[in-house]
Formats: sequence, structure tokens, C-alpha cells
Amino acid sequence: MKLRLENLRKSFGDTLVLDDISLDVAEGQMVCLIGASGSGKSTILRCINLLEPLDDGAIWLDGQDIAAPALDPQPIRQRIGIVFQSFNLFPHMTAAENVMLAPRRVHGKSRDALLPEVSALFERFGLGDRMDHYPDQLSGGQQQRVAIVRALAMNPEIMLFDEITSALDPELVGEVLEVLTTLKREGMTMILATHEMDFAQSVADHVCFLDRGRIIEQGHPDKIFDAPTQPRTQDFLSRVLRRR
Amino acid sequence: MAGNQGGVTRRQEYEKRLRRRSLFVAASSTLAVLLAIVVLVPRAPGWERVQQSFFNAEVIAKTFPKLLNAFLLDVAIFAWSAPLIAVLGLAIALARDVRNPVLYPLRLFGIVYTDIFRGVPVVLVVYLIGFGIPGLGLPRPWNSPYIWGTLALVLTYAAYVAEIFRSGIESVHASQRNAALSLGLSGADAMRFVVLPQAIRRVIPAQMNMLIALQKDVALLSFIGPVEIFRQAGVFKSLLANFTPYVVAAAIFLVVTVPATRLADHLIAKQNRART
Repeated sequence: MKLRLENLRKSFGDTLVLDDISLDVAEGQMVCLIGASGSGKSTILRCINLLEPLDDGAIWLDGQDIAAPALDPQPIRQRIGIVFQSFNLFPHMTAAENVMLAPRRVHGKSRDALLPEVSALFERFGLGDRMDHYPDQLSGGQQQRVAIVRALAMNPEIMLFDEITSALDPELVGEVLEVLTTLKREGMTMILATHEMDFAQSVADHVCFLDRGRIIEQGHPDKIFDAPTQPRTQDFLSRVLRRR
Repeated sequence: MAGNQGGVTRRQEYEKRLRRRSLFVAASSTLAVLLAIVVLVPRAPGWERVQQSFFNAEVIAKTFPKLLNAFLLDVAIFAWSAPLIAVLGLAIALARDVRNPVLYPLRLFGIVYTDIFRGVPVVLVVYLIGFGIPGLGLPRPWNSPYIWGTLALVLTYAAYVAEIFRSGIESVHASQRNAALSLGLSGADAMRFVVLPQAIRRVIPAQMNMLIALQKDVALLSFIGPVEIFRQAGVFKSLLANFTPYVVAAAIFLVVTVPATRLADHLIAKQNRART
């Protein structure tokens, strides 16, 4: 297994937000986490990236427990990219500077050395003419694609996507989801927290339904979407699917 | 299409009329007040004497060049204090933000420092340091009041400047720092490349106000020796038994501080516009 979550547990104050979460993610797999807001999807991703400390449980990345409390998170984070709902681009830097900052500081590469690689990434995601734009000069879809490029520039082994289309205008969602499809085709290991049910059903390898911090049901998307066995999954899906 | 001939809408026409009217009202009321001052003040019984001792043209002509010259010393002290204050203020602000337990003493120092120097009047710090340290009997040039007076200003102002930097650092949303950390940057790099550049930009207008205050407080050094403009004016006052030199000094200060104030206000207004 590339990544194994084992009995993750976490609370904020008295509220249990992750309750005994276990999940296996194989190399090149795309796993979608679905469920209502507040069900714990984002928290799982933030814990994997070590932005939130776990109370209990282990996260195995290539056989190493990266959730061990005493571990230095910095080298681990370099191996795991995350993209946020609100983009979180650095507003005082151009798109290219956003992307180059981490490789420059962490890998000690110069701008000139990075330029070919970074231009290629921009080009690949249709952003070739946007490298010198500041974030506020870009559309939401472009900003989110820059954020994806920024994470990819560190050559991560796993990518986490935290509801990355939720803040976008409907007509911009497609261009961002397309990027994900491309990455999947190239064999990237990915975990998504998402509300895009059609996308999850057609592209994901594995879907987990979360409710109040627990994985209630998981399996192949066809099974989860077409024949859910748990009443709460049925209830959730009937509510969100009726809306489309 | 009525009212839209020549590209002017009904609304624009109305607002133009409104603007013209308020401009007229403002101009005439200002004129009335000025007129009242010019006509009424000289009628006051003591005006002759006040004019003689505060607005004496002869004294102005005689003292202006020397006062202006003394003001250059104020400018010089200001010019070498300001960068030192910026550096020390930023260092103190960062010290208060330290998370590493080994460096806790640094953090404690930052807190105690800002508490003390914001709590004591500037003039007292100038006195204590300006007289106290040279009193140790240090050899030249280390007994110079310029050095210790400047230090007093730097220490006091750095405390205020540090607090402003800190408020700027705290105004940058945690998600920015998290985004930097998630890319594998160290905490120090996240601060240096992501948080600080945004924080400093946000507090520039507030720091401009500190610069203006500093420009004026340089005059406090006159209490410990340096013959800057305020002290020079005092010398002239005793010499000529006339207060006009003080008025001249005030006017010279205003020539510098008013444009600086306007610039600061302009920056603040620009920033507010950018935010909305």
C-alpha cells in the first residue's frame, strides 16, 4: 500500500471529528471522500498533510508512520501535495513565483534552473500565458489550476484535493476537474474530498462515504452510487443526487 | 433617450449641480471665517504686543537661516534613527512570535521590552539614557549625547513599531502560512517569504504615522545637549527676548510633516479602497 490510514481519531474540544478512520490507498489510485459538510472529509486530508495533529492512530506512507508525534513534518509535507478550497495562492507573488518558491527554498534550485520545468507545467494545464499574472488578475479556475501546479512542482508522491471546486463558479468547475482526470491518467495517487458526485462516480477507483467522522460505507463507485447498503448513505445520496 | 444627449446622464447632471453647490458653500464659509480672523484678531487689545513677540518680521529674517541650519541636525538624527528603529522593531516583533521553547527567553524579552518602552514617556527615556550613560565617564566619542539621545529614541520607537509589525503579521490569515507549510517550507521561510511581505505592506501607512511622530520627537534631544532647531530657537529667544523663533521653528516642522501626513493619509485611503 502506498498510504494506509489506521484507526485515526481526532477531536476538536469535546467533538469527535474523526472516529476510527481506516483506509488503504494503492499507488496510482484515486479515492474520493464524500459526505455532508462537517463529516470529517477535510480533516482527514489536513491530518495526512500533518497540518492537523492526530489524537490517535497511524498514517503509513510507504511503511513509515508519518503521524508519529515526534516526527519533523517538513520532509513529509514535501512528499504530499495539497490543494485547498480557497486556493490560498500567495497574493504578493506572480503565478510563476508562487510555483517556484518551494522548489527554490527547499531544493535550492535557481529560478533559471526551474524555468523550463515550470513553464512546461503551466503549458500543460493551459496556463502558458498566465505565468506573470498576479492571483487577483486570474479567474477562479485559473487560480485553482495554478495552486495545483504549485503543489505538483514539488513532485509529490500523493496529491490531496480539499473540495477544490466548491469555491468556483459552475462554468469553471470543468476546467479544474479536467486537470484531475489528466493526473489520474498519468498515475498520480490522489485523495479528494468532493461534492462532485458525477465526477466521483465516473473517475474514482474507490469511494468512501463519511458521516459524523466515521466511514460508514466504502467501495467501488458503482457499488456506492448504484447500490448503497447503509441507510445513511442512501439518504445522503438521494438528497444530493435529486438536486442534479 | 431623454437627458442622455452628449453622453451626460440625468444622474450625472444632477450630481454635477450638487457638487458645484457644495463647492460654493464651502468656499464662502471658509472665506467668511478667514475674514473674521483677519479683521477681528488685530482689534484685540494685546495684538500689538503679540505681534511684536510672536510674529516679528525682523526677528524672522534674522533667525531663519540659523534655525533652518539647526533643523538639518534634526533631519540627520531622524535619518539615522529611522532605519535602526525599523530593524529593531521588526526584530522585536519576530521575537514575540517565536514558537521554539529554547528561544522562549527571546519571546519574554520581546514582551517585557514593549511593555517597558511603551509605558515610559519618551522624554524620560531621553533623560535617563542621555544623562545616565555618559555619566559612566566614557571616553570620547562614547560620551556624545547624539549617540545616547538617538539610542533613547530608537529604543522607544522600536517598541511601538514592533507592535504595529506584530498586528500586521497577525492580520495575515493562517491559511497563507498553512499553504506555505504544506509545500514543505520551513516555518522561518513561511514567515520570511509569505507572511512578512504581506504584513509589512499592510502596515506601511501606520508606520508612516510613526515616522511623522519621530520627526517631531527628535526635538526632545534638545534637553540633553544637541543644538537642534528647538534648542537653537530657545537660544534666540533668550538672546532677543522674543518668541518669534519658536514660531519659525514650528513653521519649519510643518513644512516637512504636513506633506508626510498627507502622504500617509493617501496611502491609507488607497489601501482601504483596495480592500473593498
